Amino acid sequence: MNIKKVIARGEGAGFGFESFARACLNSGDVIFCEMVMTDLKTEFCGVKFENPLVVASGVLGVTGASLRFCVENGAGGVTTKSIWLVEHKGHKSPVIIANEHYMLNAVGVPDAGIEKAKIELGKYMKNKPAPLIANIIAGKVDDYAEIAEKVTELGPDIIEVNISCPNVEDELGRPFACSRKDAARVTEVVRKRTKLPIVIKLSPNVESIVEIARACVDAGADGICAINTVGPGMAIDIGARAPILANKVGGLSGPAIKPLSIKAVYDIHKALPKVPIIGTGGIITGEDAIEMIMAGATLVGMGTAVYYRDVKCFGMAADEMRAWCEKNGVKSLDEIRGAAHGKG
Amino acid sequence: MKTKFDIPKTVPIKKIIVETPFVKTFIFEYELGARPGQFVNLWLPGVDEKPMSVAYCDEKEFWVTMFAVGPFSKAMHELKEGDLVGVRGPYGKGFSFEKDWRLVGMGGGYGAAPLYFLTVEAVKLGCHVDFVVGARGKEHLLYIDRVKKLKNVDIHIATDDGSVGIKGYNTVILQQLIEEAKSGSSKKIDMVYACGPEMMMKTISNICFEHGINAELSVERYMKCGFGVCGQCSVDDSGIRMCKEGPVVSNEVARKITEFGRYHRDSVGRVHEF
Ligand SMILES: Cc1cc2nc3c(=O)[nH]c(=O)nc-3n(C[C@H](O)[C@H](O)[C@H](O)COP(=O)(O)OP(=O)(O)OC[C@H]3O[C@@H](n4cnc5c(N)ncnc54)[C@H](O)[C@@H]3O)c2cc1C
Ligand SMILES: Cc1cc2nc3c(=O)[nH]c(=O)nc-3n(C[C@H](O)[C@H](O)[C@H](O)COP(=O)(O)O)c2cc1C
Repeated sequence: MNIKKVIARGEGAGFGFESFARACLNSGDVIFCEMVMTDLKTEFCGVKFENPLVVASGVLGVTGASLRFCVENGAGGVTTKSIWLVEHKGHKSPVIIANEHYMLNAVGVPDAGIEKAKIELGKYMKNKPAPLIANIIAGKVDDYAEIAEKVTELGPDIIEVNISCPNVEDELGRPFACSRKDAARVTEVVRKRTKLPIVIKLSPNVESIVEIARACVDAGADGICAINTVGPGMAIDIGARAPILANKVGGLSGPAIKPLSIKAVYDIHKALPKVPIIGTGGIITGEDAIEMIMAGATLVGMGTAVYYRDVKCFGMAADEMRAWCEKNGVKSLDEIRGAAHGKG
Repeated sequence: MKTKFDIPKTVPIKKIIVETPFVKTFIFEYELGARPGQFVNLWLPGVDEKPMSVAYCDEKEFWVTMFAVGPFSKAMHELKEGDLVGVRGPYGKGFSFEKDWRLVGMGGGYGAAPLYFLTVEAVKLGCHVDFVVGARGKEHLLYIDRVKKLKNVDIHIATDDGSVGIKGYNTVILQQLIEEAKSGSSKKIDMVYACGPEMMMKTISNICFEHGINAELSVERYMKCGFGVCGQCSVDDSGIRMCKEGPVVSNEVARKITEFGRYHRDSVGRVHEF
């Protein structure tokens, strides 16, 4: 008599396991079996997501139909493009350039304001296919309060507050995410105007993102999204001898920034282990998403991935996550969240 | 991951051809590798960057035919040969065709330009092309002289003022061609291609649908990135992107675009009716 152990993984595991078990029983062996079926379901601020991969703000988020299209392609949730109170013109083109290493963008957060959001989010909310995170932006602290209240009326699941766009001017001439005081002030006014969970989206372009995150949480934030784009950076056309982006500078995203987003999330999770994080920045594959969760993220934002693998990137990454988990005996993402802490 | 490069490269304009007082064709010496129906983003440093259909392309050069309508296109019209313009692309889905087909190309405005490229490539594969164009009047007609030089092509013209061809819309000609083909007095039409004002395309879509004839339409929307990231050109209700799943879509797809022939969006995403 032998003692054997079998691990069956993923879809079809039941069949494989059954035939193996029969063979073992006939030979009189003793077997220990373990069946691994990974469930990617994730809860964030009390909202349930089928998988943790959410569309990052500003990518495929101009219309309700576009956000639906992302869910059809496997996204577990969606984030709107940043919504302004009133119309805000974006920059002239080129607004986005990219190559195999990075993307540089200065779209300038164009938006037609809350009235348009009402129409587009209405289209998404009708038979809502996945949770909706409404991302809001303003140039003045008071406007954040007003837009938060108006967006709440549209019925999203979560409000994400963009205080970190590197290429729009605000009343200070720099993003609110650059100082603890400003970040906390914005958080406070939004907190007063909505009962929905609020997530503050932070910039990596600061001395200590942890201190900013702490200030936001102390001011009433339920979660943190890290990170917005890096830099800003610039690309020059040597023929024209001129910067290529019409805005001259733009935020850096894509594979090049993943080490920065992983470290930001790692540091925030270490300092504030109870605060749920949307880890965003350079996540392209399922392995990248697992890495982000091991750093401490609960949800994982994907934006620039759409450039590298097209809109199907969400479904592809979800499949890759499932495959990795099943291979490694992980049944739920809770088992690996923050796993990189405490080692090394 | 395959090599990707979507940063404009500046290229000198090799040649400028004046087509009409408001239309110019720009020729660039650049290996673009475009197929008919695809577009490029042209960048004029300090001005703007805009999507333009490819009017012709081979191993050595490509052409763009541009109407002067606003700040970008008017600035382009001021340029001289040798001036630098940034190029990135090609982008989008092009027209599909197979050898020995009978094609009907329906062009309005600058739509005649991409249909010229389609015609050049299709006749190389032994296709026959009915090249049907509409314009306000004789002096606004584009590409007729170039198409005349191609073999296996019949040209049909409609003008609003009747200065050449029939007086009225080019869709009347389409209807005649379909009826002839149906009665057996001419060859079966394999596909109708349309590029031009949206209301013209809507009519063509309806005609082809009623007669059960396959069609492909170039549905243009406000575009920014050109590679399917910004979401500016997503259409209702399916959310597909005209820079990626389009601009050329089959008539079945076009008829599922609920905004087709009804509205489009501007640079901040606000809806405007046609
Ligand atoms: C796939 C595609 C292919 C095109 N091919 C050609 C072509 O071969 N020849 C040609 O003359 N024109 C073409 N156009 C239209 C061309 O892009 C616009 O005429 C041009 O952008 C106008 O810019 P402007 O600054 O000169 O004028 P504006 O005053 O800024 O715009 C005039 C009108 O052009 C349209 N437009 C402006 N910006 C854009 C944009 N970024 N994307 C789409 N439409 C826009 C709007 O409807 C606007 O009302 C094409 C458009 C698309 C989407
Ligand atoms: C084209 C583009 C537009 C963006 N627009 C917004 C925006 O409107 N609001 C916002 O909060 N973040 C915006 N971002 C930042 C992304 O949401 C994300 O934080 C960042 O790009 C890093 O993630 P990524 O590498 O997966 O793209 C934008 C990013 C890109 C590439």
